Amino acid sequence: MSDHKPQAESTAPELHGILAEYDTPDQLVAASKKVRDAGFEKWDTYSPFPVHGIDAAMGIKMTVLPWITLCAGLTGLGTAILMQWWMNAYDYPWLISGKPTWSIPANVPIMFELTVLFSAITTLVGMLMLNGLPHPSHPLDLVKRFGRVTDDKFFLMIQAADAKFDEKDTRELIDATHPVAVENVLEDRVTPDTMPAGLVYGLIVVTCAALLPVALAVKARHSKSDKPRIHIIQDMDAQPKYKAQRENPIFADGRADREALPGTVPVGHLNDDDHFFQGRANGAWARTFPAQVELSEETMARGKARFGIYCTPCHGQAGLGDGMVHKRADALAQGGWIQPTNMTQEYVRNQPVGELFNTITNGIRNMPSYGSQIPPEDRWAIIMYVRALQKSQAGSVGDVPESERGSLK
Amino acid sequence: MAAASDFNPFQSPPKGDNMFAQITDNVTRIMEAPKPPRAWYIAMGIALSLLTMFLGSITWAAWNGIGVWGNMMPVAWAFPIVNFVFWIGIGHAGTLISAILFLLRQNWRTAINRFAEAMTIFAVMCAGIFPGVHIGRPWLPYYMMPIPNQMGMWPQYRSPLEWDIFAVSTYATVSILFWYMGMIPDFATFRDRSTSTVKRIAYGIVAMGWRGSSRQWHRYERAYLILAALATPLVLSVHSVVSFDFATAQLPGWHATIFPPYFVAGAIFGGFAMVVTLAVPARQFFGLKRIITIRHLELMAKVMIATGLMVGYAYGMEFFISWYGGSSYEGFTFVNRLFGPYAWAYWTMIACNVIFPQLFWFKNVRTNVWAILLIGMIVNVGMWFERFVIICTSLTRDFLPSSWGYYVPTKFDFMTLGGSFGLFFTLFLLFCRYLPMVAMSEVKAFSPAGGHARPHLHHGHDDAAHAHH
Repeated sequence: MSDHKPQAESTAPELHGILAEYDTPDQLVAASKKVRDAGFEKWDTYSPFPVHGIDAAMGIKMTVLPWITLCAGLTGLGTAILMQWWMNAYDYPWLISGKPTWSIPANVPIMFELTVLFSAITTLVGMLMLNGLPHPSHPLDLVKRFGRVTDDKFFLMIQAADAKFDEKDTRELIDATHPVAVENVLEDRVTPDTMPAGLVYGLIVVTCAALLPVALAVKARHSKSDKPRIHIIQDMDAQPKYKAQRENPIFADGRADREALPGTVPVGHLNDDDHFFQGRANGAWARTFPAQVELSEETMARGKARFGIYCTPCHGQAGLGDGMVHKRADALAQGGWIQPTNMTQEYVRNQPVGELFNTITNGIRNMPSYGSQIPPEDRWAIIMYVRALQKSQAGSVGDVPESERGSLK
Repeated sequence: MAAASDFNPFQSPPKGDNMFAQITDNVTRIMEAPKPPRAWYIAMGIALSLLTMFLGSITWAAWNGIGVWGNMMPVAWAFPIVNFVFWIGIGHAGTLISAILFLLRQNWRTAINRFAEAMTIFAVMCAGIFPGVHIGRPWLPYYMMPIPNQMGMWPQYRSPLEWDIFAVSTYATVSILFWYMGMIPDFATFRDRSTSTVKRIAYGIVAMGWRGSSRQWHRYERAYLILAALATPLVLSVHSVVSFDFATAQLPGWHATIFPPYFVAGAIFGGFAMVVTLAVPARQFFGLKRIITIRHLELMAKVMIATGLMVGYAYGMEFFISWYGGSSYEGFTFVNRLFGPYAWAYWTMIACNVIFPQLFWFKNVRTNVWAILLIGMIVNVGMWFERFVIICTSLTRDFLPSSWGYYVPTKFDFMTLGGSFGLFFTLFLLFCRYLPMVAMSEVKAFSPAGGHARPHLHHGHDDAAHAHH
């Protein structure tokens, strides 16, 4: 060995290793066994596809990759559990149909997905990193015949950096494996060590461009806007129409909303029966119910129900002016409250039904108008019930039909 | 025939003095040829027209609002979700071939796995667009992701729709990783065979400096096995989760425990139909008949019979359960499917998915490429109708007759559906021309000279070998 050392020193800086080429995977496996048994460490074989049995022939140990994947999978699982718990049960508790905010079975699908996602990404990235990829340039790239490694040829190379490497002995060892060709691989003195300038600038531009969305998000978080953040389609912003209270130069009076033309009546609003719709007959308040209102038990029941909805809050169940609103206002004792009218007083009892109808329709003193809420037939039904209430407070035995008088006692 | 092969560089016998070189030549000359076959240009023209229509109809829907579609209560899901489920189902065959058949050591998969995986990715891309546009404001889909937003709200993780977001995005990511990793050694082959500098740099970047080192192959194979093991439960879970979108709802016709396996079987059935739809023209026009042999097509036809029967069983079982379960609403829904306003869709589905695939029982049908192609296309139509039937018949007539309706798609619905095929085929045609359509390193490993194949599993490659000599 010592004889060759001076030679080795003069050639070693240039020599990267010795490359042997084979035609079949079987030859490569056989050669690998010999190199392995010779005790080399810095050597490798190259093939267009994973060669069956090469791992044992070269003495390649099992990779740690599956353990890395397992760790990543557990990380994904933990991330999914924490994320779902924190987001749905802690930071923003979502109540869905009264179910618990944190329920494992419903969270299983996402736990599974994130486990797989983390594992898969880690497996690919881990494989690339353990393999030292990307690996842009290699002394073998300068060997022309090595180009067929991705096509149909099989190669074996022992590096000069190996402790056991000796140019002559190693060459003899390789020759004994019956390669198709043997070639010295020289160190790469051609390819520059730095990345091409174009690639560097390209990467800088891409990196800056990748930061733009982040910068926009940061800006959006620290600025105020009275419009939606993302507002692409703006066709609803400018609507070519006039709103009711706006000015409109088209018309002489400048109003956007137009009054009805004199003499026009909207469909269904003719209301030409003064007795039914106004409570007036022969120029005075009507003293009788209009013909449309049937004096029946059903109308009375209807009137009682409507009275219960619209009138009792202020006037009370019996029309005495002592409803809940009155009681509450009285209890507050803030002054200024006037008690609602007691409908059973004599002056109300003496009012014609038409006048009562007008009171409900248009309101009186503090009482607002109910015309828009209660249809006319219901107003008449309410009046019928009010008349019954008045009779209950100020009636006489003479008001009761003779046939029913017996049941009073 | 000799004259024809002179005109078409893809049909001539592959060059090379050994089988490995012939495999390389057969696949790489598609990328090396100065011009693809004329059929490629015609197909690309049609695909790009459809893609333009797709982009146009989506822009129109985004600009005017989704009122341009026929979606109207009670059918709010309609075409966008039908198309989403249809496309996501297509993808499943690719993952099944690349992952499950890998774990089952079905070595014939090596001829078809690469473009089946490509099909998966392109189909998932088409699928992903539909929920994106269905939300009406396609620039706001990030609300579905766990990203901090101005409302301070987070996604609701107990909703199947949110599971869907995670399932589909995980599926897309893992499929792309798996596909890319499988292509690294083939990119290296393309890099080493490229004659132009641009191609060498482009393929060189994506090959990441792969040189076929056995120490790297060791980790690579291990990583491939792990990814296959991860993708296998994933492919079963994705369509299960999609089926939860329906099964967890109370709607008659949706609320069924059979949905996850039924959807997965249907997805694989439809996916294989799409694989043969793509494989037959691809092997025909790019001269891959030596690698994708009639045996591969026959095996896929057999898978379609098996999954088609599973789907047919599920159709029958749905009826049985609706009767056995005793719910009058369920019962009505299924009678309504048979004889209601959408009966035409139901019987189209039955004919395409259950009746026509039975022709595959005949050996001369499943060894005739054009018959396989035709039945594959029929099954694609049938699987689209299956999703239409599930979504539209159930939604149009549910519990309250007062809220019944009838869904009619508009021309924009049809343009978006047709246009999505434009996106799919544009991507697929670009893939055929510029990426390794067949996993060369895997085919070499499982060729007779490669030493991986087991004696009884490599008839296909034997045929190929004989063809060369």
